[in-house]
Amino acid sequence: MSDEQARQTTHAAAVRETTSGIKLKAEYTAEDLAGWDPETKLGSAGSYPFTRGIHPEMYGRQLWTIRQYAGYGDAKATNDRFRFLYENGQTGLSLAFDLPTQLGLDSDHPETLGEVGRLGVAIDTLDDMRRLYEGIPLDGTATSMTINATAPIILAMYIALADEQGVDRTKLRGTVQNDVFKEYLARGLYVFAPTPSLRLTADVIEFCVRELPRFNPISISAPHIRSAGARYPDALAYMFLAAELVIAAVVARGVDVNQVGARISFLAGADNDFFETVCRHRASRRLWAKLMKERFGADEPRAMLYRLAGSGNPLNLTAEQPLNNLARITLQGLANVLGGCQSLVLPCWDEAYTIPTEDAVRLSLNIQRILAYETGVPDVVDPLAGSYFVESLTDEVEREIVASMERVGEQGGLIASIEDGWIQREMAQRAYEQERDIQEGRRVVVGVNRFIVEEDRSALESEMHVVRASVADEQRERLAQAREARNPAALREAMREVEHALTSSANVMEPLIGAVRAGATIGELTEAMTGVLGSYRAPSPL
Amino acid sequence: MTRLIRVLVGKVGLDGHDRGAKTVALALRNAGFEVVYVGLRQTPEMIVSAALQEDVDAIGISLLSGAHNEVMERICELLREAGAADTLVILGGNIPERDHARLATAGVDAIFPTSSSFTDIAEWLREHALGATSGKETEVPHRRGR
Repeated sequence: MSDEQARQTTHAAAVRETTSGIKLKAEYTAEDLAGWDPETKLGSAGSYPFTRGIHPEMYGRQLWTIRQYAGYGDAKATNDRFRFLYENGQTGLSLAFDLPTQLGLDSDHPETLGEVGRLGVAIDTLDDMRRLYEGIPLDGTATSMTINATAPIILAMYIALADEQGVDRTKLRGTVQNDVFKEYLARGLYVFAPTPSLRLTADVIEFCVRELPRFNPISISAPHIRSAGARYPDALAYMFLAAELVIAAVVARGVDVNQVGARISFLAGADNDFFETVCRHRASRRLWAKLMKERFGADEPRAMLYRLAGSGNPLNLTAEQPLNNLARITLQGLANVLGGCQSLVLPCWDEAYTIPTEDAVRLSLNIQRILAYETGVPDVVDPLAGSYFVESLTDEVEREIVASMERVGEQGGLIASIEDGWIQREMAQRAYEQERDIQEGRRVVVGVNRFIVEEDRSALESEMHVVRASVADEQRERLAQAREARNPAALREAMREVEHALTSSANVMEPLIGAVRAGATIGELTEAMTGVLGSYRAPSPL
Repeated sequence: MTRLIRVLVGKVGLDGHDRGAKTVALALRNAGFEVVYVGLRQTPEMIVSAALQEDVDAIGISLLSGAHNEVMERICELLREAGAADTLVILGGNIPERDHARLATAGVDAIFPTSSSFTDIAEWLREHALGATSGKETEVPHRRGR
């Protein structure tokens, strides 16, 4: 096909830049690394500046944690899914909550119509948490919970359940995402304004540092921001700026910076730009170590580690010829592993249609296992180090992130830029340009704007997972029963404790644990919190 | 005839993934439409009330949450109740084909699934807004890649 050949030739010349727009040369040579010092730029794995990895020997000592995102319907349905994953050898659980739970709305709130249990599990009360973990001991599990604005409440329920199970709080492992900044920029699931949100974030971290030493109280995310339109270096810049705010807020409470630094982790991932992904991970490790050491004065290595939960990027998956996504997911997984992530969640090939089916989940898990056990990729630390290209691009990506952080600084910092809507407008414009580039064929997406085939999607759709229609009714029924079963006087007293902590700037976590134990619902607690902290509406991104 | 076509763009429900809504809004604005962007967490009531107040020719709703049937039925019903059934209603997002017939019955005039092209959306609106009659069959404009 001469037409195709012609286009292949022009493609190579036309798009010699990364997806972030970093210009690339056709060939990199020793000259590109003139003056480049491996000692200061790389060190060795497990030593400052950690470019090569945060642990000595990396996967030679311990593989990354293989995770898959799960959680839908009611607590019982998610419990079944958890057990399924567990029986299939998964070493960590990852939990999705429905939108009402993420926004602090009870399942019988009028705004939740059609949303209860749809995109994740519905949690209203401690009783739902009990059902979620039935048969799964909390000291034998590490759950990563995708919860942000209402993270203090969900964590309070998790701790209350552990207390009930007789599990020592110090044995609890897992992660709450607890990162509201990406909510203003990407997911829209915020409740409070940035400043009071930062206070709650700091409450969770301070509490965990003191009470739950093995629990990760925050995982700051970039992928959502990327998906919503930002270039990846900008998304990472916003992520690091959020991390700086959080660390400063916790340190201001008298917590040692080394203790905070040791508990913070990050979520960043691949897009379809393979080498940029690897280099972003390497550059991020080096940059974060420098920030912690030089800006915050951390002196313990564990406080300088960029702990990375790697992810894929569903934005790069297509509804068209969806099995092609398996190739994309595999490459995203490989890039994350070459980049040295500590855990990995990959998307599923059918995500453009629905919540992934069990078969699709297993395929994504097996992609990770094939990478881990069949390819030999994990055997050697940071195998791309020293490449003229990879080291040049790593340096370039680091410069891009720093420059982007400085641009936000010129706008008055992260919170001011969010409240003004400056970042959101930037992102909307970028999203539009990226989409236009695909529609106008400047960026090739196989099956979408090139190599298109006619396909019958209705067949595919009929196989897809459907949420049971009765889930919402049953959840509302249980919520009503849970409300009935409470001792009103004890509940009132517990709610007063929460409000007192909020108004007095005391840490709100222990009062929240008391309140959920007394049967307070997520909606009641969120309402009590907005009563003191106010609610918020971000400016338009247009 | 020289009047700009006015389009309201927004998302209904709790889902905050607004990449589709905002890119389509910007594309329409760049293509010479007047766009009223109402953004996230709208209810059907808020959408219809804003549409009437702004006197728009078309309402564009982006939905990825799966709640499209209930939401669109309610919006179309409210429009009929307000005597504004001639307002064009278009829908974008993750809309399975099995739901297209139901949405058509509800009164959705066109469905633009993910990866529909900006040009197709703009052309469709130009063809159908400003005096053209709605209420005929729901269209799913031919997919030409993006």
